[in-house]
Amino acid sequence: MSTKLGLFPEAASTIAGRVDALYLFLVAVSLFFGVLIAILIIVFAVKYRRRSESEAPEQIHGSLLLELAWSVIPLGIAMVIFVWGATIFATIKRPPDNALQVNVVGKQWMWKLQHMEGKREINELHVPVGRPVKLTLTSEDVIHSFYVPAFRIKQDAVPGRYTTAWFEATKIGTYHLFCAEYCGTEHSRMIGRVVVMEPADYQAWLATKGEPVPMGVAAAAAAAAPAGAAAAGGGEQTLVAAGQKLFVKLGCQACHSGQPGGLGPALAGVFGHEVKLADGSTVLGDENYMRESIINSQAKIVAGYAPVMPTFKGQVDEEQLLQLIAYIKSLAAPQTAAAGGQVP
Amino acid sequence: MMEDTTRGTNYLNAEYGVKSWLLTTDHKRIAMLYLISVTAMATLGGLFALFVRLELLTPAGDLFQSDTYNKLFTMHGILMVFFFLIPSVPAVLGNFLVPMMVGARDLAFPRINLLSWYLYVIGAAFVLFALFTGGVDTGWTFYTPYSTSYANTNVIPAALGIFVAGFSSILTGLNFIVTIHRMRAPGLTWFRLPLFIWAHYATSVIQILGTPVIAITILLVAAERSLHLGIFDPKLGGDPVLFQHLFWFYSHPAVYIMILPSMGVTSEIITCFSRKSIFGYSFVAASSMAIAVLGFIVWGHHLFVSGQSVYAAFVFSILSFLVAIPSAVKVFNWTATLYKGSISLDAPMLYALGFIGLFTIGGLTGLFLSTLGTDVHVHDTYFVVAHFHYIMVGGAIMGYLGGLHFWWPKMTGRMYAETPAKVSALIVFIGFNLTFFPQFIVGYLGMPRRYHFYPDEFQVLNVMSTAGASILGIGYLLPFFYFFWSLRHGALAPANPWKAAGLEWKTPSPPPTFNFDQTPIVREEAYAYPLREAEVV
Repeated sequence: MSTKLGLFPEAASTIAGRVDALYLFLVAVSLFFGVLIAILIIVFAVKYRRRSESEAPEQIHGSLLLELAWSVIPLGIAMVIFVWGATIFATIKRPPDNALQVNVVGKQWMWKLQHMEGKREINELHVPVGRPVKLTLTSEDVIHSFYVPAFRIKQDAVPGRYTTAWFEATKIGTYHLFCAEYCGTEHSRMIGRVVVMEPADYQAWLATKGEPVPMGVAAAAAAAAPAGAAAAGGGEQTLVAAGQKLFVKLGCQACHSGQPGGLGPALAGVFGHEVKLADGSTVLGDENYMRESIINSQAKIVAGYAPVMPTFKGQVDEEQLLQLIAYIKSLAAPQTAAAGGQVP
Repeated sequence: MMEDTTRGTNYLNAEYGVKSWLLTTDHKRIAMLYLISVTAMATLGGLFALFVRLELLTPAGDLFQSDTYNKLFTMHGILMVFFFLIPSVPAVLGNFLVPMMVGARDLAFPRINLLSWYLYVIGAAFVLFALFTGGVDTGWTFYTPYSTSYANTNVIPAALGIFVAGFSSILTGLNFIVTIHRMRAPGLTWFRLPLFIWAHYATSVIQILGTPVIAITILLVAAERSLHLGIFDPKLGGDPVLFQHLFWFYSHPAVYIMILPSMGVTSEIITCFSRKSIFGYSFVAASSMAIAVLGFIVWGHHLFVSGQSVYAAFVFSILSFLVAIPSAVKVFNWTATLYKGSISLDAPMLYALGFIGLFTIGGLTGLFLSTLGTDVHVHDTYFVVAHFHYIMVGGAIMGYLGGLHFWWPKMTGRMYAETPAKVSALIVFIGFNLTFFPQFIVGYLGMPRRYHFYPDEFQVLNVMSTAGASILGIGYLLPFFYFFWSLRHGALAPANPWKAAGLEWKTPSPPPTFNFDQTPIVREEAYAYPLREAEVV
């Protein structure tokens, strides 16, 4: 049995200190009110204990002033906490533009991760210290949740859509990665680690060859997965290259050639921009929009085009979808690439 | 104490035989039926909690298979939430006391009241069937698409059980609302009502407005599972997060279904054992209604990391903070009621003061969860487990046990033994804190909930928690013994053993079938302490 008994997990991200400070403030507020109430109760219970059966205490029916005081003061404190917490949350929810991109796919019961350079990992995430890392998460089956206590971040990986999270590690080391959303039998073994490295070590690590070797539960899950899924992506290609290969293989360029008169709209520059739809509305060209347009191609029809695109549901898995989207995003004109940072 | 000790006819001895109980329409007998059934379900749920805590003694998951462990915490949650906590105070104490406190001879719809109990039993039978034919492993929250497409356990019978039991809850709420509106004794105006009635009124509003939503949601889960309708599973074209919105739209207010009635109990006990009128009557009454209303617009705080929009998160966060205000108002008013009182620390009072303590901790730690910046870290960890146990177990069960002790003489006509009752109140309070306080810490350290295996560094705190749970278990078991003992050996209870205000104390213990020999007329406010000599029967 380990006998360490800390009160805080390791703080290894830029946000961790801010979360802990707010947590301590909340602890202080709680202690103040908790101790206040406890002392009042104990003091009253002793001081005003019943001394004879015939006691007839003086009746006090209330005080508007006190009622106002103990409504308004807690409300004021609550609003301070709200604003403080919302500020931190706003930071947690807005990845910096210069973040490294890592795609995360959860499945029962393993985490599959892929870096932009094409490097894959299972239940492990290697990142450089001092560099923001943006995660794009989804799930192949049920809802999972990507949780790194040392970074104070958590984000559900929801099937059928993309969610994002980001962090910037501040300390070299190895940290717990947990699945925090109950996902079935081996939920508590859907764990792994985040390895924070010197940038140079990270570059060296990226350059190493070889597919990840899953261990334990993940190994069984990987063995059960269709073999094609892993092979098709091409572990050592960059995400964009893998996506381009798929783009050609699936015949996407036949319609989305970008030439005038194509059956489908040009894809260059779509990412991060508003897209006009046939029904007059507009939609932001983000990852979720692209995902939907591939899987459920009739959901949103671009203005000026016929609804002729077949669905690619079942032909591409979650990891391949992320590769395709990485490729489509890379088609964005260079001066608009920064807009990607604003996608919620 | 001039009560005649030779008993006249009362609701317990008016009729004999199993049939006279199973076909009764007397709200007091139905309350007793509920008492037996919810106690049975709580015992089973407690047994599962015991297994969960035993498994968590070691990080290695060595006592059960993971599947079994997952079923244990799921069944613990389903039984405790839907079949114990939600019906506990309203269906047992509320059933017994709402008509008596308003001076009525029964609830507005006595046969519907009996139907409520049968629906509860049928719902419970479905869930027990699910349990004994293999169990359910979705967690009591039934999150999709796990529950609809991936779990291979008995989700459908459990879902149907919750669906049926929901109607029991709706009908009880309906009965209370009509009774409180239409059957108050002459002179019993709204602002003379005991706060127990206000609390049950607020609870009933939630039961009627919220429960249909969970009923239909859980039915949709069963429908998607059996008919593959695409409602929640994205592979079928559904939206898994939609389930969370629907589920918490009910299940957050459901927490107030569990806690509001206990708040009502606390108001009755605090005033009686300090012989004081409640401090700020209208604020305590209004805060119950405020909690009921606000409770409906905070569900999104369960979805801060589900990928809902940042702006939705802001709104749900600030609304969640607003619920803290009426809760704080109640705690301050109870404390102020003690001021200059004539305080006697009998067992019900110890439970009520324990309620205030545990509810205060539960409420304050709720702030950590409505705060966006900290919720991201503690969401779905043991911090949340600790928080909601402080509210739902610490709070709700302290109130329930306090009320059970307080009205036990009225319900059974017998006094329980005071000393073991005080000891058990103390053991529950200490055991509870030892069990759940370490979970706040292990949660902040990052231990996710529903973990069968866990990293070694969390073991110390888990051992503390399990040790506390064994103390808590003893505290919960003790009342079984002295309550049973009192049924045969307890001193006969006078009509008003605590010298309490309130109409229920102005009729014999146990009360006659129709509660009052003649309709009482109310001429004073609630909690008109100290009682005039003539009233101290």
